[in-house]
Amino acid sequence: MNEMLSIKNLRAGIEGKEIIKGFNLEVKAGEVHAIMGPNGSGKSTLSNVLAGREDYIVSGGEVLFNRKNLLELSPEDRAREGLFLAFQYPVEIPGVSNINFLKTAINEIRAYKGLAPMEAKDFLKLVKEKQALVELQGSLANRSVNEGFSGGEKKRNEIFQMAMLEPTLAILDETDSGLDIDALRIVANGVNKLRSANRSFVVITHYQRLLDYIVPDFVHVLYDGKIVKSGTKELALELEEKGYDWIKKELVEA
Amino acid sequence: MTTVEKISASEKLVSDFEAVKKTLPENSFVQNIRQKAIEAFAKLGIPARKNEEYKYSNVQKLFQEDFTQSAIYNPQFTIDKYLIPNLDAHIIVLVNDFYSEELSSLENLDKTVVVSSLKKAFEKYPELVEKHFSKHADISSDAFIALNTAYAADGIFIKVPDNTVVEKPIHIINVISAKENTLFSPRNLFVIGKNAQLQIVETFASIDLTVNVISNSVTEIVVGENARVQYYRVQNENENSQHINTVSASQEKNSHFDTNTVTLSGGWVRNNLNIALNGENCETHLNGLFLANATNYVDNHTLVDHRMPHCESNQTYKGILDGKATGVFNGKIFVQRDAQKTNAYQSSKNILLSDDATINAKPQLEIYADDVKCSHGSSTGKIDEDALFYLQARGLGIESAKKLLLHAFVNDVMQTIRIEALREHLENLIHKKLD
Ligand SMILES: Nc1ncnc2c1ncn2[C@@H]1O[C@H](COP(=O)(O)OP(=O)(O)OP(=O)(O)O)[C@@H](O)[C@H]1O
Ligand SMILES: [Mg+2]
Repeated sequence: MNEMLSIKNLRAGIEGKEIIKGFNLEVKAGEVHAIMGPNGSGKSTLSNVLAGREDYIVSGGEVLFNRKNLLELSPEDRAREGLFLAFQYPVEIPGVSNINFLKTAINEIRAYKGLAPMEAKDFLKLVKEKQALVELQGSLANRSVNEGFSGGEKKRNEIFQMAMLEPTLAILDETDSGLDIDALRIVANGVNKLRSANRSFVVITHYQRLLDYIVPDFVHVLYDGKIVKSGTKELALELEEKGYDWIKKELVEA
Repeated sequence: MTTVEKISASEKLVSDFEAVKKTLPENSFVQNIRQKAIEAFAKLGIPARKNEEYKYSNVQKLFQEDFTQSAIYNPQFTIDKYLIPNLDAHIIVLVNDFYSEELSSLENLDKTVVVSSLKKAFEKYPELVEKHFSKHADISSDAFIALNTAYAADGIFIKVPDNTVVEKPIHIINVISAKENTLFSPRNLFVIGKNAQLQIVETFASIDLTVNVISNSVTEIVVGENARVQYYRVQNENENSQHINTVSASQEKNSHFDTNTVTLSGGWVRNNLNIALNGENCETHLNGLFLANATNYVDNHTLVDHRMPHCESNQTYKGILDGKATGVFNGKIFVQRDAQKTNAYQSSKNILLSDDATINAKPQLEIYADDVKCSHGSSTGKIDEDALFYLQARGLGIESAKKLLLHAFVNDVMQTIRIEALREHLENLIHKKLD
């Protein structure tokens, strides 16, 4: 079995309000799943719950990640186990250098796996290589994390970090929003180059356009905290054309 | 039955002075000032909590026990462990307030620069010393200035002549040790001439302290016309130490003065930093950083007195408080009527790591000129949860993520330290402290 992520009947909320209301998803190694859905349907909440944000309270269900109970792990251990979340709104951290913190991150992940710290020259080589992959300017990599970055630069930095950390499962929360056409292509190319038989992606997006570049194996519609429709990439085209109303109607009729 | 009335600590300090005075045989100039100072102290007394300037902690309590004044005790130690790694500096050592020529090393210091014990300076350079001693730290303004002025037995005198650039920093190491409860009263005077440049690093160390000590220091600094002076103080003492430090600096026109006050440890610390801008076009930077935990008390009071036009003052103080620590930042800015075109900026930012830590941050602006730019800001909060989660989500353990954020928080103050070896040393100390 090559099950990577298995979410069963997940319920979660914040401040006493339930937002994820019985969510199911199975992601196998190497697959790309797209999640679409109207604003406020719970996509970012789901991402944050999976990444381990404490403010969100899980009230039911289970999540297995590589057969480990994900919900029991601290956020850092989830990352060390190979989970990566590219945030919808990456936070600015003045005074913390992008490169330094990535070095710490990589070495803590390595320590978790019982590996020695990465040699400085190997690290620099990796930085160069991954920078080229997402065409991120060297100056950005050396600045404070996201501080003063444009919206698009922040998104590109998320993908740079993903490339550096080489996760097995990456959740991209609207990484395409705010990107210009060239940047979109660069980011998508970066993701495609990282696609492999043992790496999976959950791509959250509002736009079918991204899925022209990152072709998904499955497309799901999240509505009111659960998946209400699943299909292949054609579903994204249909949504692009018709919006969400027809799905909502189907739900009412059902 | 007769009852012996218990005299107050203040009264005792006043009466003890009679005996101390005899051990300080000096010229009439100094004796005269000492006499005035003890009278000023008698009037002021150790401040009570109702005194607005000392309201956040009970200083009277510090003086509850009996103290001798300045120990004669001579501790045995080697200076090496108090040196700052990689800091190429001239070294001045004071042991229990007394200048130790033996432990100091000033071989490569420009011969025109005077470094001497203050006691000797009264004899050797009476004109210069009398011109400045007790002229910048006003005995009527503060009980502890008065007390120090009366009691101070020794300290350091530095004079940098006009047009002299001291290339290497001077590192002053204050070492104290005592076998009984002791009140130390070190007194320093630095006179930096016209167009001269000097960097001073001052550190404090105590050896095997098992008794109660209070150090009440006063440093007067004269920054001459167009001079450039940087003064760094690192307070990294043990948890029983109790410090009251006053630095009173006067700047002449076109001069620059930068101070950094870094408090990494210490039981009870009060720093008074008073800067008078006496000439036009002065620039002054007051930066401070303090890390406090347990029941530490760290209190920074600053006073910048803009007396002349076209001057700029800039203050950034940052504090990280944990445990049941208390921090105070009280920043007073005076802009006198003549001080048009003043630029005065002040910021105090604090992070509380525990619910039991407290900070009292208070800006006090008194502005009597109309064409000025003044701003102040103060913020206190917990560590940024969003940033913390972001770092954790990248694989950083919560402790190292916190550490990284706290280092980032103090980074801008650290960057104002322009001696690289000192900055690295402090970064290491902070790193250890945050563990
Ligand atoms: N901290 C919070 N407190 C209260 N409600 C919240 C909080 N965070 C999210 N919500 C609510 O949860 C719901 C889902 O939000 P979420 O951000 O997950 O939506 P989304 O699907 O990512 O939307 P978008 O497409 O706009 O990014 C929204 O109604 C939102 O207002
Ligand atoms: Mg969202």
